[in-house]
Amino acid sequence: MTRPRARPTTGEPVVPASSDLAAPRRTGVTGALVRALDSDVFYSFRRSPVTLVAALVAVLLIGASLAAPLVAPTDPFALETLDLMAAFTPPMWAEGGESVFPLGTDDQGRDLLSAILYGMRISLAVGAASVVFAMLLGVGLGLLAGYAGGWVDALIMRVADVQLSFPAILIALLVDGVARGLLPRDLHHDMAIYVIIFAIGVSGWVQYARTVRGSTMVEKNREYVMAAIIMGLHPGLIALRHVLPNVMGPVLVIATIHLAVAVITEATLSFLGVGLPPTEPSLGTLIRIGNDFLFSGEWWITVFPGLALVLLVLSVNLLGDWLRDALNPKLR
Amino acid sequence: MSPRDEETVAEGDPVLVRLRGLTKHFDVSPPLLTRLIEGRSRQVLKAVDGLDLDIARGRTTALVGESGCGKSTVARLLVTLYRPTAGDLVFEGTDIGRLTDRRALASARRRMQMIFQDPFASLNPRWRVGRIIAEPLRAHGLLDDPAAIRRRVAELLEHVGLRAADAERFPHEFSGGQRQRISIARGLASSPHFLVCDEPTSALDVSVQAQILNLLRDLQRDLGLTYLIITHDLAVVRFIADTIGVMYLGRLCEVAPADTLFARPRHPYTRLLMETVPDLRHPDRDRRPMAGEVPSPLDPPSGCAFHTRCPLANDRCRRERPALRQDGPGQVACHAAEEGRLSPEGGDAVKGMRP
Amino acid sequence: MTESLLSVRDLIVEFPTRRGALRVVDGVSLDIVPGEVLGVVGESGAGKSQTGAAIIGLLEPPGRIVDGTVHLEGERLDTLSGDQWRRVRGRRIGAVFQDPLTSLNPLYTVGRQLTETIRTHLDMTEKQARARALELLGEVGIPAAADRLDAWPHQFSGGMRQRVVIALALCANPRLIIADEPTTALDVSIQAQITALLKRLCREHGTAVMLITHDMGVIAETADRVAVMYAGRLVETGPVDDLVNRPRHPYTEGLMGCIPTMHARPVRLDQIEGAMPAPRAVPPGCAFHPRCPLAVERCTSERPPLVARPPLATACWVRSPDGDAA
Repeated sequence: MTRPRARPTTGEPVVPASSDLAAPRRTGVTGALVRALDSDVFYSFRRSPVTLVAALVAVLLIGASLAAPLVAPTDPFALETLDLMAAFTPPMWAEGGESVFPLGTDDQGRDLLSAILYGMRISLAVGAASVVFAMLLGVGLGLLAGYAGGWVDALIMRVADVQLSFPAILIALLVDGVARGLLPRDLHHDMAIYVIIFAIGVSGWVQYARTVRGSTMVEKNREYVMAAIIMGLHPGLIALRHVLPNVMGPVLVIATIHLAVAVITEATLSFLGVGLPPTEPSLGTLIRIGNDFLFSGEWWITVFPGLALVLLVLSVNLLGDWLRDALNPKLR
Repeated sequence: MSPRDEETVAEGDPVLVRLRGLTKHFDVSPPLLTRLIEGRSRQVLKAVDGLDLDIARGRTTALVGESGCGKSTVARLLVTLYRPTAGDLVFEGTDIGRLTDRRALASARRRMQMIFQDPFASLNPRWRVGRIIAEPLRAHGLLDDPAAIRRRVAELLEHVGLRAADAERFPHEFSGGQRQRISIARGLASSPHFLVCDEPTSALDVSVQAQILNLLRDLQRDLGLTYLIITHDLAVVRFIADTIGVMYLGRLCEVAPADTLFARPRHPYTRLLMETVPDLRHPDRDRRPMAGEVPSPLDPPSGCAFHTRCPLANDRCRRERPALRQDGPGQVACHAAEEGRLSPEGGDAVKGMRP
Repeated sequence: MTESLLSVRDLIVEFPTRRGALRVVDGVSLDIVPGEVLGVVGESGAGKSQTGAAIIGLLEPPGRIVDGTVHLEGERLDTLSGDQWRRVRGRRIGAVFQDPLTSLNPLYTVGRQLTETIRTHLDMTEKQARARALELLGEVGIPAAADRLDAWPHQFSGGMRQRVVIALALCANPRLIIADEPTTALDVSIQAQITALLKRLCREHGTAVMLITHDMGVIAETADRVAVMYAGRLVETGPVDDLVNRPRHPYTEGLMGCIPTMHARPVRLDQIEGAMPAPRAVPPGCAFHPRCPLAVERCTSERPPLVARPPLATACWVRSPDGDAA
């Protein structure tokens, strides 16, 4: 049996939207802050303990990695401080551990905690840059496809379909392989980080494009867009000014979840050895290096970067899930 | 003759918009691949099929009909959202259906605006009301100075019964009726001569509908606007329209001055429509619900499109498409009317309805 | 007076939110006698649909009945559990909603949906149920019903679908049908067919109908009695003719005045200034007082009770002041 529904085209919602007309209207930064803290999104945030913990972990990890030069005990890149004699020191609580190396050291005597903090910084930077790149590409193409329609739409979406039939990691490998083939060896070494950003970005744009195209096709038939057409505005202007701001909600959700995916993809590539060079070790690189010593008993070299990766990805993912639910009026 | 001259000539013309044989077909064929595989043919939806209509300057013309009759397509053709498949669409002396010059099109668009049905979808939810109303001013380059734009927005808001301070608020802070006022203020911003209103009150509650209908009337009196109102509601039409066109499956069946149409409806469809509408004051009048349903516009009946539901249909009606013919003060497209087969009183249907 | 079939007393429905509960139905009492059509009118957000949903136990969560009672033929409904509801809903109360498309399952044929519903409520074999389904389709006016029993919902037009939905509601011969905006999604010519059908079924089967709509015209043509709702409250009830032509409550009066008709062409329509308050912002006293031309001091502080002064019952300090005596 179907539930009774309000007449869809008519009148006020039974439960009014978040804004409270009676509340005094504030403007400026404090106003925006007050509104944000008072919003339904923030409310659902406070009500979910899992989300709170995830946010705390994410902020802690991201904050610590951004502030790595300040908080890390040593600088793992400063070769002069490396002490090969200190290599393979176990974590401080294990037998033979030293309190200067809380999580132990790797094969070159680098402090593992510092390496993880710096590595996470690189992982996050690569992840965020790939997300931004994929987002720009995907949102742009999706908006174009959805708004222009016709053969433009068909072309873009067929490319997307084809790409979607390959696993993302395969595409990233392909891009990396092509880059290696085209670029001279030295240059490739310098360019590695950009190549990998491009590779991950290109492998992830389809999702943005599909979502944005879908919402664009809905929004472009809305009456406010027709009003703008009747005003004679240029189609590009209408797409950017009217449609784009109204299709960005879901993009934010995808971007958050994609960040976790991008970090994992980068880690996978680095683990496979086609990612970042050991001179700029990301979490994935650290795990790969540690992997060599797993069976000789030096488990910490690979386990701690792995744990850091899991915590980071899990917390970002949980935040993404919450954001999706909070922004979806149907689930509220 | 230059376009300029034509416009001057048109100033004296009581006809603001002249439609001749206006036609809009939509290609609703399945994709090419599906057609090839499943052996299906192209399909054309004749949304508007040869419409002749004059819209008088300073008056209100209404198009009524049930869903799928093409009335909204006519509205969208008029404001150049669609291009006609065939026929003339002459607005103030210019055939805007065939304009390709951007400047000329922009000039025509400045002089016409559209009010939409759904006040919850016709305003960009992320813009403040002031920016929404100012958009036509900026788009047409009518005002540049921010202070002047602010003044004009305030003036427009007060004209539609809102406060100047409302410019700072977002659409979601307003009720449905207030949003429709905002939509009207935006429509008036570029000082148009012609407003096309597509179901302007059908999403509103009756008490709010009365406010908006009164407002539309006041604005017409103050600004000398010409309206084309698209609606399915005969009572609304009775209140607001001077001339009424009744549409069925993309064609006009009857066009007449409002008083004539309600006192002496000629076309059988008009009569049945009037009989069918529930009425507050005369609930007990003898109503015979119209039999059958509107046929699919994809496959309209031959001859007169209404013959499948018409009590007076004969062989000629099934074969030959009736043309719109002068009939008293109005025009009607009906063989029965032409042959005098109509019951003369013109509406045992509408007993007790004469004013 | 006849024993009432449905009796609702002081019904209060609230939607808890983090800013406190939203009271969408506020102290509604109404009765329906067997075979009668009660029209419930009001503007959107007046609480008429929520009242209907509360009566058949289909309030959308987190909405809930916080006070009041609902009795059907003497049996209390508002305290029933989910399982117990299944015996009542469909069998003793049927429902028809606005959108016929979403009321039918697109994946099953019309015949299957009908026979399944029939066999859920009545002890019948497949064959008997099919025969009954056929009979029902004929009764709601579907031409060539035998051929259409195995058709899919999408093969029916909007008006025909609404007829199927009505047939579904009739499966178990319920005593009461709650029809929420049954004609709103349909064209005018089809609307008249559906209201005529509801009226005929009511007459022939003695089924009572609670007809919820915003369209006064439909009410005037179909209902025996009318209840007018405003901001979650009942402001006036009475026989349809008295209420339409001689209303007492200023809101009902204003509502009738602002409805355009085909028979007259006034220079201006009467209009009620302002808009109905949202559930969160209902003013104290009479909810209508800020828009009321007759409001006096008392209206701003004390809520007027529904006072019966036949033929109407009106909640207004000015027009129905014998509330003092009560």
